[in-house]
Amino acid sequence: MREAQVRTLSIPPRLGPQGEKSIVSFELDPSREARFQTVLTRYAKSRAACIPLLALCQEQEGWISPEVVEFAANKLGLTTAEVKGVATFYTSLHQRPVAPNVVWVCRTLSCELRGAGVIQEQLEALLGCKAGETSANGKFTLLKAECLAACGEAPMIQVNDRYYERLTPESLAKLIDELDRNTAPGQVAAIGGAVAPDVALSDVRLRKAGGI
Amino acid sequence: MVFTGAFGEPVLTKRYGVPDSHTLAVASEYGAYDVLRQVVGKREPKSLIDEVKASNLRGRGGAGFPMGLKWGFVNPQPGQEVYLVVNADEGEPGTFKDRTLMENDPHRIVEGCILAAYALGAKRGYIYVRCELALAIERLEHAIAEAYQAGLLGQRVAGTDYAFDLHVHLGAGAYICGEETALLNSLEGYRGEPRLKPPFPAVSGLFGMPTVVNNLESMAHIPDILERGGAAWSALSRLEQDGGVRLYGVSGHVRRPGIYEGPVGLTLNEVIYELGGGLLHPERELKAVIPGGSSTPVLRPGDLVDAPDEKHPLHRWHGKSHLDVCMGVDTAKALGTMLGTCCAVVMDSSVSMVDAGRNLMRFYKHESCGQCAPCREGTGWLVDVLDRLCDGEASEKEVDLLVEIAGNMMGNTICALADGTAMPLLGMIRKFSDDFYAAAHKRPRTQLHDSWAQTFTR
Repeated sequence: MREAQVRTLSIPPRLGPQGEKSIVSFELDPSREARFQTVLTRYAKSRAACIPLLALCQEQEGWISPEVVEFAANKLGLTTAEVKGVATFYTSLHQRPVAPNVVWVCRTLSCELRGAGVIQEQLEALLGCKAGETSANGKFTLLKAECLAACGEAPMIQVNDRYYERLTPESLAKLIDELDRNTAPGQVAAIGGAVAPDVALSDVRLRKAGGI
Repeated sequence: MVFTGAFGEPVLTKRYGVPDSHTLAVASEYGAYDVLRQVVGKREPKSLIDEVKASNLRGRGGAGFPMGLKWGFVNPQPGQEVYLVVNADEGEPGTFKDRTLMENDPHRIVEGCILAAYALGAKRGYIYVRCELALAIERLEHAIAEAYQAGLLGQRVAGTDYAFDLHVHLGAGAYICGEETALLNSLEGYRGEPRLKPPFPAVSGLFGMPTVVNNLESMAHIPDILERGGAAWSALSRLEQDGGVRLYGVSGHVRRPGIYEGPVGLTLNEVIYELGGGLLHPERELKAVIPGGSSTPVLRPGDLVDAPDEKHPLHRWHGKSHLDVCMGVDTAKALGTMLGTCCAVVMDSSVSMVDAGRNLMRFYKHESCGQCAPCREGTGWLVDVLDRLCDGEASEKEVDLLVEIAGNMMGNTICALADGTAMPLLGMIRKFSDDFYAAAHKRPRTQLHDSWAQTFTR
């Protein structure tokens, strides 16, 4: 359920320089593979493990890359279209690479009544990017979130899997400063600045090959 | 923040304040699994369903369907497996109650699930939790692991022949997956698109098998219902046919937003002033209350109950404010709104209902699954018109257009999301038409959120 302008309608063809089929493949690392095998035993049908599998892949890869889609489809005996259909439905499965710190600002009513608008403006100023973009230093991706079920603790943001609640401009500035200092420059994502709706696959390949 | 005990001794939340209440050691010390040991393998499963029927527990997920009745629909054919699915995909704006149960007392949920599964004859259960609630998930998974280790889950539940497996299944961010059939599709690994009903999940649910889908708070009440007896638990309520205690939430312009426990049937004035500590800015007036999550139509404090007929369900409150009515599933309906999840959003006189409506309509536009055209297109149109109103570009006719679009959405879709979008907006337009016409006439109005100073200096 992404907004129209963010939706990727077509996956660019995955062909190598000589037109050969995808040259980059994705595999889960052994510990995550073991976790996946445990999850698989819980369901009467293997397809039920689709979202847990995509979540594991994203945990490792950072986003649902075309290679992840292909991997998951092979793993579950589905078509890539079926997996892509599932992946694009859910907000927390990233369709594009994101920075090490993904900041979600809850914008829904209870939070907005308690100053979410102010919090978002401050975040945009602190990070130097708009909601939907990645900061120039590649450390933060700022996203707007719909109700995160923390209405009594408004205003709040989620950074990766942690909630930061009852924010004030002061506590927010302090938090961003800490996160900024604790994110090493080496962790900077390959794609800085605004996250392009369609990432050139050559960039992804280069990054994986250690080129960037 | 969680507060309990403002209205009587806490029942559901009695372990909330205890340090490390989420661990098996502490929870057991305070009574967790006592009921389970007395019931599983000792009482007839059918008698548990009767007990739940007697409790008059109305589902806590928003629709308020009697839980015992829902359980009674399950009638597996030979060779069919019954599934128990617990809905913890809490995401209705204003609602944040189930999270506190998972964080503070996950063993109560595990115990409730085992008891429910035993009553229904289910061998496997899934708790579908929205993935954003990291702490809640961690504690729930830890509680399940502890219960397996202690022999409370698995092949021999509490040393009996009864076998039950319980798993946490994480969502991936979609409000619609709180709709029970969308949840089942999501759990099966599909897009979270609601299914046509009938068949209802009790007949054909998860993997095509008979399935009971219950809200997480409903599940957490089961140990208390069986401990006290259904009728005694029901009597904790102030209302009839709507039993027990429940979690109340309050957020928005109040001094102490949070989750509270109380008997079913508190009034909104009690929720706002006694639980919520009154208005955040006492110099302002209370303007509107959304009683139970964003899909429930708004109430005004100045409206009085008009029910002179003795047979009217609201006759007891004739002449009193809407906010003085004991809130239950049936009384809320008689007021022209819904009880929903009983988590109120409070708005003071600084709020323009046009902006509040736009905020909520943006939510529904984002969360519409897109299956049905009236909802997919309608939610977008509503936002477009409200954007024009807020930007001072719309005429009076466009207020009528909002009513027309919302009218065309209701009742024309597979699930209730379209109705849950149209109803609250129509309520806002009907009760606060001045705000909408003021916007159409480009009269100045307040911002939805206060200035920096007003918001954070308190």
